[in-house]
Amino acid sequence: MSCPGMGQLLSNTLYYKRFFPYYAFNVLGGLDAEGKTITANHVCCVFTYDAVGSYERVGYSTQGSGSSLIMPVLDNQLKSPSPLLLPAKDAVTPLSEAEAVDLVKDISLLMLLYIKEGKQCFSRLCHRCLIYNKNDEVGVVLFGTEGTDNELTREVGGYEHVVVLCESKVVDGDILDAVQRLPRGTVPGDFIDAIVVGMDMMIKKFGVTNKGKKRICLITSAREPIKEPYEGTKEDQIDTIASQMNAHGMKLESIVVRELASNANKNIMDENDHLLSRFSKKAGARVVHVEDPTSLLGAFRTRNISPVTIFRGDLELSPRVKIKVWVYKKTSEEKFPTLKKYSDKAPSTDKFATHEIKVDYEYKMADDPVKVVPPEQRIKGYRYGPQVVPISSAELEAIKFKPEKSVKLLGFTSVSNILRHYYMKDVYIFIAEPGNKEATLAVSALVRAMKKMNKVAILRCVWRQGQGNVVVGVLTPNESNQENIPDSFYFNVLPFAEDVREFQFRSFSGLPASCQPNQQQQEASDKLVMMLDLAQPEKSEDLRPDFTPNPVLERFHHVLELKSKKPDSDIPSLDKTLKRIIEPDSKILLQNRALIDEFCKLFDVKENPKIKKSTRRLWTKTSLDGEGESVHGSLNDHGVPSFNSEGKPIVSQIGDKTPVEDFEAMMARRDGVEWVNKAMKDMKSFIYDLVENSYEGDAYSKVLDCLIALRKGCIVEQEPKQFNDFLRQLCKFCQEKDLASFCKFLVSKQIMLITKAEAIDSDATEEDAINFLVKTEPAT
Amino acid sequence: MEEDLDDLFRDDDEDPESEFNQDREYSKEMVVFLVDASPPMFAALDNGGDQHEESHFHVALDCISQSLKTQIIGRSNDEVAICFFNTREKKNLQDLNGVFVFNVAEREHLDRPTARLIKEFDCIEESFMHSIGSVHGIMAGSRENSLYNALWVGQALLRKGSSKTTDKRMLIFTNEDDPFGSINGAAKTDMIRTTLQRAKDAQELGISIELLPLSRPDEEFNLSILYADLLGLEGEDIAQYIPSVGEKLEDMKGQLRKRMFKKRKIRRITFSIVNGISIELNTYALIRPTVPGSITWLDSVTNLPLKAERSFICADTGALMQEPPKRFYPYKGKNIMFTTEELSKIKRVSTGHLRLLGFKPLSCLKDYHNLRPATFVYPSDEEIVGSTCIFIALYRSMLRLERCALAFYGSSSQPHMVALVAQDEVTDSSGQVEPPGMHMIYLPYSDDIRHVEELHMDTNVATPRASDDQIGKATALMKRIDLKDFSVCQFANPALQRHYAVLQALALDEDEMPEVSDETLPDEQGMARPGVVNALEEFKISVYGENYDYEASTKAESDAAKKRKAAAETAAMECAHYDWAELCEGGKLNGLTVVELKYYLNAHNLPVTGKKEVLINRIMNHTRKA
Repeated sequence: MSCPGMGQLLSNTLYYKRFFPYYAFNVLGGLDAEGKTITANHVCCVFTYDAVGSYERVGYSTQGSGSSLIMPVLDNQLKSPSPLLLPAKDAVTPLSEAEAVDLVKDISLLMLLYIKEGKQCFSRLCHRCLIYNKNDEVGVVLFGTEGTDNELTREVGGYEHVVVLCESKVVDGDILDAVQRLPRGTVPGDFIDAIVVGMDMMIKKFGVTNKGKKRICLITSAREPIKEPYEGTKEDQIDTIASQMNAHGMKLESIVVRELASNANKNIMDENDHLLSRFSKKAGARVVHVEDPTSLLGAFRTRNISPVTIFRGDLELSPRVKIKVWVYKKTSEEKFPTLKKYSDKAPSTDKFATHEIKVDYEYKMADDPVKVVPPEQRIKGYRYGPQVVPISSAELEAIKFKPEKSVKLLGFTSVSNILRHYYMKDVYIFIAEPGNKEATLAVSALVRAMKKMNKVAILRCVWRQGQGNVVVGVLTPNESNQENIPDSFYFNVLPFAEDVREFQFRSFSGLPASCQPNQQQQEASDKLVMMLDLAQPEKSEDLRPDFTPNPVLERFHHVLELKSKKPDSDIPSLDKTLKRIIEPDSKILLQNRALIDEFCKLFDVKENPKIKKSTRRLWTKTSLDGEGESVHGSLNDHGVPSFNSEGKPIVSQIGDKTPVEDFEAMMARRDGVEWVNKAMKDMKSFIYDLVENSYEGDAYSKVLDCLIALRKGCIVEQEPKQFNDFLRQLCKFCQEKDLASFCKFLVSKQIMLITKAEAIDSDATEEDAINFLVKTEPAT
Repeated sequence: MEEDLDDLFRDDDEDPESEFNQDREYSKEMVVFLVDASPPMFAALDNGGDQHEESHFHVALDCISQSLKTQIIGRSNDEVAICFFNTREKKNLQDLNGVFVFNVAEREHLDRPTARLIKEFDCIEESFMHSIGSVHGIMAGSRENSLYNALWVGQALLRKGSSKTTDKRMLIFTNEDDPFGSINGAAKTDMIRTTLQRAKDAQELGISIELLPLSRPDEEFNLSILYADLLGLEGEDIAQYIPSVGEKLEDMKGQLRKRMFKKRKIRRITFSIVNGISIELNTYALIRPTVPGSITWLDSVTNLPLKAERSFICADTGALMQEPPKRFYPYKGKNIMFTTEELSKIKRVSTGHLRLLGFKPLSCLKDYHNLRPATFVYPSDEEIVGSTCIFIALYRSMLRLERCALAFYGSSSQPHMVALVAQDEVTDSSGQVEPPGMHMIYLPYSDDIRHVEELHMDTNVATPRASDDQIGKATALMKRIDLKDFSVCQFANPALQRHYAVLQALALDEDEMPEVSDETLPDEQGMARPGVVNALEEFKISVYGENYDYEASTKAESDAAKKRKAAAETAAMECAHYDWAELCEGGKLNGLTVVELKYYLNAHNLPVTGKKEVLINRIMNHTRKA
């Protein structure tokens, strides 16, 4: 007899004697029909009764005289969040769907460069957990630390230089704070030790039974040697660990961060890579190599969405030949979260106020604004020209297009027939039905044949019964290069005839000669295209979409965290790592300055003089912070003639058009001593502004002119201290603001302190002056 | 993640700010079609060996009719008038000879196209000679100038509406390049002068005149005789204007159709390249999903449109409020507040323009790097002179070096990393097929990409890979089923066609629902060709083996599927115990329990949702039909 059945029986028995009840207090317990699954949610089946048989299934219960004493204890132990909390939390914290993540982080010496990004990664993870998966647990293990602090060392010894920063637990503010104080490591770390410690932590915490998704993320540079194990080879060790991982359902994700460095030991790196790839073979681990901090942020998966199939069924090559496939989404845009509207009507004393706002729609007659038309009196209408054609939902249902659920092949065609820009939507992926060997083979054969022949397939898809439209799209092969990942197809939706607008554009060769680039210009542009190459052969590809985080979402999460600490905090500007996504790499630009300058010189760009200033759109002013300045600056360089200060009778401040002339004019003013000081002061703040607002070093040449002018002015006026102090400050400022490129630029242009020889009051010797910048540079 | 596919047409763009709501420039377009109806237009044309004889007049009507149909679907606010000149009858407000304005009931001369207009226009050709009639145009000895009259009527029709908010156009369809050819002397110069003056006046009023010349098979349309002056064309423009003489009539139709659309740009953006050099680009939406128009709620009694009113109600107190300025987001158990300005500041990570990041080989752009339809960009020198030159230089370099540009497009609502792919111009006999320019492809971020392949990864064992023989068989199959000249947009959307066919039928109060053919179904005959069947069979044997039981191979079904199957089976069994016909007729269904009713529904594959009454109704309906 099943437990619920027994419960009913007992209830009936009690009720049967309701006029003269049994003197009994009943609690009935057992395992329910699915009793074999002892998950946290359904450990058992407990019924509690009143005297006449009214009963209720509960998680736990007490009866009898001690009931009032023991119940609070049970509540405390079993119903961990207080029952007073509103909304009520689940009686038993379910871990079944939650995810447990162990972050294993290399903080050894060579990883120092990435310590900040590592922190950021972790904060990202925590933010996401706090927002999306509140029950996820996170722990942090550091390796390559000076000290050693982990349970395994205490229990069995070994495992040195591995520190458990925090035990696995539900994310809260404490973890975030702990990570912000991430210590810096000093000794080489052994990632295998660290993985073992991480696994140990998970196994101890969750045991074998727990079904939560367990994930170990390893972030390392994998540059230091792995210790020889006590017995067996390193490979054996990996195999053992891998089999343990499989047994406990853990997944390993390793991100290897490594910049192109010559000083690292190649052999060790190769060996480590080999070891890691063995993991991926044995335990399905994922290994990713990244080279810059932005990619590290992007490569680190913070949120695992369990995907849902769009379609399961047959891919029909013909009515007789079919392949079983499953279809998932491959890309799906993660939208900016929708924020609820806030209502301040509820009194501040009301703790349970939701502060939400409901939006209500009322439909009213156009000519009678008082009368509200009830929903049943409304009918849908579609516009057809000036007419609105009413169609009731039932009618619409009856006459609408109803294709049968199916995925059918229309034919194959050559790749060149499908241009890339015809892809309409996010992308689907077709995989063979898991575990179906023949289907996998069939897909694999088609994929490889398509790749070989340069063909794509055209499909007609109706994902499910009752869907009101069909989708025609293109299936492209996705050959897998890992031996344990099967081949698959990508599917992109193509437009219908109605979706394409055939606008005509003039062909470029038909444009007037003034719009045609000459040979020189064409060469410059070729060079530019080659120079700004983001996928140089010896490096890994920059800004791969797969490794690029969404800057807007990152920023939102960051602000969320800031605001949770300080509600009125301002919105910070974009983090430097993320800036890389929206702006070109200043390093490359600076390296190829000559090329870019040539490009700029060859092409003449100017505002159309025919358009009146007032009607001209604010294309220079709408830009954010730094860009406005630079666009403006560039405009001065090209086309619009600069006005010389000669035209102005008195110069009383430094304008941004002709700063040097303004400065000289001010210095030359003899109608008051204060002008010299003011000129210098203005010039300094002007230079600061320029440096700070410059991007990709575009304003540097201007800064240089200003600096030279200032230096000259200071020598003339015998005010070396002004200049020297300023230069020191400026360099310090640059280092703080990550503008190291500017210091380098100064060195290359040989700007130095004013020496004793030049001005007698100077506190700097010749040597100081030369070494000054050289010295500050390596520290950056 | 589960996207509601049922909501078939509303998949993107809930964001009203979104750039995909195009058409910023002009809210509305007004077009007057001026169709020459002189006898030469009716001359039969040799249609490339086709039995069907067609005339230029027919081609023009065909194009107009197609354009009307697209218009009523996509841009039903635009207004049109159709006007024939060189006609026997006259019908126009000015009462000028030789001009006939075609119209239907309940419609002004220049108005939005209606279902009736489209329908009657479709059959005008049969009755044309009878009811309107065709005469030769300007004849010697007569003072009547039908071209002048037509322009005047057109201009008068386009009088309404401000030229700032509407885009006014006159499209002239003619195959006569020299309308004043039959007269000479002072009368001719005088007529030409007045006609040109009329055209100039119209253009000064903001009406653009366009010509859709129909070349006769033997001679090319000579613009320079009259029309170049009439349209105000000079030098090179003339060469651009002449259509390449159509080999086939189909091609001519294609060319005309393409020219009838006016390009509409979405917006003008600046593209900053390096070092503060920025150029100006216009963006165009060449490909966007067409969806049935939005729903308007009507009162079911009067069929009058209803006004929707939105009100905000505080969930705690029930108080009515204004649209609140603040939003909140729950985080760490607290409500974090944002003002709308803060939110837009967060979203504005970059200026609203395009910024070059670098270049990549085209191979780096993978097939799964896609999120939404691409946007086309074409340079413009309107505000920044020199943009086109830089653009062309980069465009050519990219084409030659096979690179795409990576840029950040910082629009306020949807900042995105984009790839700019240069597209070479492609033309064929029907004109331009792919315009030259770059396509902006929206790239996903790492957050948007899912790693499905790894989900079903086999640990420890290599997955099966096809052998060379199997690949060979697949290759043979591919050679057999080859769509040689597949073009991306050759299919009409059957759902949309159906929707509008139904609307048209309802709008015209027709009883019969039209059948719309589904062009997207596979070509069954082609698939049944012996060569194809053999290739398929060989592929099947090579992959599946000789005696492969297709269904049996499917492994254990999911639990849910099992349950469903079991339920259906029991339902079928239980269902047989009742005599449903009798129950229905006797009205005894009410006496059954919902569970019992569901046996029937389950057994007959009907939906089981709803209240008991609904279920009973459903069963009654079903039994009646059966």
